[in-house]
Amino acid sequence: MLSYAIKRLLLLLPVFFTISIVIFLIIHMVPGDPVDNLVRIGSTPEQKAVIAARYGLDKPLHEQYVIWLTNLLQGDFGNAIVMRRPVADLIAQNIPYSLALSGCALLFSTILGISVGTLAAMYKDSKLDQVVMGGILLGSTLPSFWLGLLLILLFSVQLGWLPVSGARSWEALILPVLTIGLGGTALVARVTRVAMLETAQKDFVLLLHAKGLPRRRIQLRHVLHHALMPVVTILGLRIGWILGGAVTVEYVFARPGLGTLLIKALSQHDYPVMQGCLLMLAIAVMLGTLVGDLVQAAMDPRIRHSMS
Amino acid sequence: MTAATAPHDHFWLTFRRSLAGKVLLTPKGGVAGAYLLVLVLIALTAPWITPYPFDQQALPLANRPPSLANWLGTDEFGRDVLSRIMYGARTSLSVSVTAISVSVLVGMALGAAAGYFGGMFDRGVTAAVDLSWSFPEILIALILVAIIGPGLHSTMLAIAIAYLAQFTRLTRAQIMGLKGETYIEATLSLGASHGHVVFRHLMPNALAPVIVCGMLATGDAIILEATLGFFGLGAQPPVPSWGAMMSSGSALIFTAPWIIVFPGLAVAITVVMINLFGDALIRALDIRANLREG
Repeated sequence: MLSYAIKRLLLLLPVFFTISIVIFLIIHMVPGDPVDNLVRIGSTPEQKAVIAARYGLDKPLHEQYVIWLTNLLQGDFGNAIVMRRPVADLIAQNIPYSLALSGCALLFSTILGISVGTLAAMYKDSKLDQVVMGGILLGSTLPSFWLGLLLILLFSVQLGWLPVSGARSWEALILPVLTIGLGGTALVARVTRVAMLETAQKDFVLLLHAKGLPRRRIQLRHVLHHALMPVVTILGLRIGWILGGAVTVEYVFARPGLGTLLIKALSQHDYPVMQGCLLMLAIAVMLGTLVGDLVQAAMDPRIRHSMS
Repeated sequence: MTAATAPHDHFWLTFRRSLAGKVLLTPKGGVAGAYLLVLVLIALTAPWITPYPFDQQALPLANRPPSLANWLGTDEFGRDVLSRIMYGARTSLSVSVTAISVSVLVGMALGAAAGYFGGMFDRGVTAAVDLSWSFPEILIALILVAIIGPGLHSTMLAIAIAYLAQFTRLTRAQIMGLKGETYIEATLSLGASHGHVVFRHLMPNALAPVIVCGMLATGDAIILEATLGFFGLGAQPPVPSWGAMMSSGSALIFTAPWIIVFPGLAVAITVVMINLFGDALIRALDIRANLREG
């Protein structure tokens, strides 16, 4: 298992370098010169050049990349040009909020999604199944920022139970988690339901029925165990999806976090901050996929052995 | 059966067996089809049928709740929310349909070339697709709009690029699956050119899943367009778009919630209907298995 984990980790290295190049290049195609945001209006070209030299913006692109990457590997993300602070600090300050939000949302969608999907599969074509399927359709089609606004409207404005925005207390986490989590729940529930229905057709399930095991026990012990595989894969693959949802939802709830930081940096043309945020999101996506793969390998020995 | 009713029956039978019949005669497909038809008609005829011009301001009437004069209330400039939603359908539909059409066409070309010819090109395309696949579409679109600047055209481009991976991947999978069939081998050995094989034999067979996938993606694109509009990166004022309406309304959530509730409802209902229609289409074409391949 350990050797499998190490192999998978090594496979991520080339991906990481590709992503870092892409992020570096994309950001430099953004129109709008950050130097313009730094100098006073009416500065001379000489004054601009001094500023550009201070931040290394006058060097050729590939040199800037090598410098950036070397510093990056040493934990130095550079200095924010407009926000005038080390990017690493900004990220360190914001990342706990994003982690808390995404982590809770992931946990929420996993637990609720698997339970609801299992119930729907066990009582296929019943009223319950229909309600669940309708909920899944709604959950996967509502725009997350609108859902967030509606929840604010109901719980904060009308009922006054929960704070509208910010991240001062744990209560402020509830609505954002619900907003992202409902979409995630719909996804997990759909995959669980389909996987359970497919597994239920397999021969070994027929055998278990023939042996006279109780239906519920077969469903919960055997079918569910097998059906969890695709669920884990989807969860790993769609970690980025949850993070993407977090970007929008952070904005709606005016919460600090990587998404809010990214949007702020995008509007200020703050290259280093943009690069830092995107890189962190990319790493999160990669790690999510990795964790998904590892959990799957832990559950299924065939996958572990296929790599050696 | 009398002779007089025969042509009618014949028409009915043909319709029932046709694809349109198989889709529209199911409850889901029928309702969704009717809704989408009405929506497209509203979008096309908005300038003539809206109760008020979309940009007619009346400050004394600002932030009025729904009433007989303004069925869905008025916004912060006293503009009629219903009229703006009807105009917004134009923006939403034109942006998402154009973007997804471009994405489908380019994705099909890339996917078909990669799947058919293989080799280095295929590896390059697959790597790029896998890379962008792991990133949420909203993130890709956000960055692209930041690069090209806000506006409807960049929104279209950003959406088209954000969904490219999906169609490339799906087309490639279809072509790879079909390429090994005996009839392709036979056509090639008869001296047919690669172009002939790809365009006359492979593409027509690979088309259905890609089109359906594009249909479903149009729903996602509507949400994406609304999200970009909500961030203020899509349609610029005074052009009405569902997302931009909610963006300006979010500041008034305490006093005038109808400004955000109704445009969001328009997005939600439209996307649900597109999904129902897509589902009915998948059932009628019997291609559920093909879609999962991608």
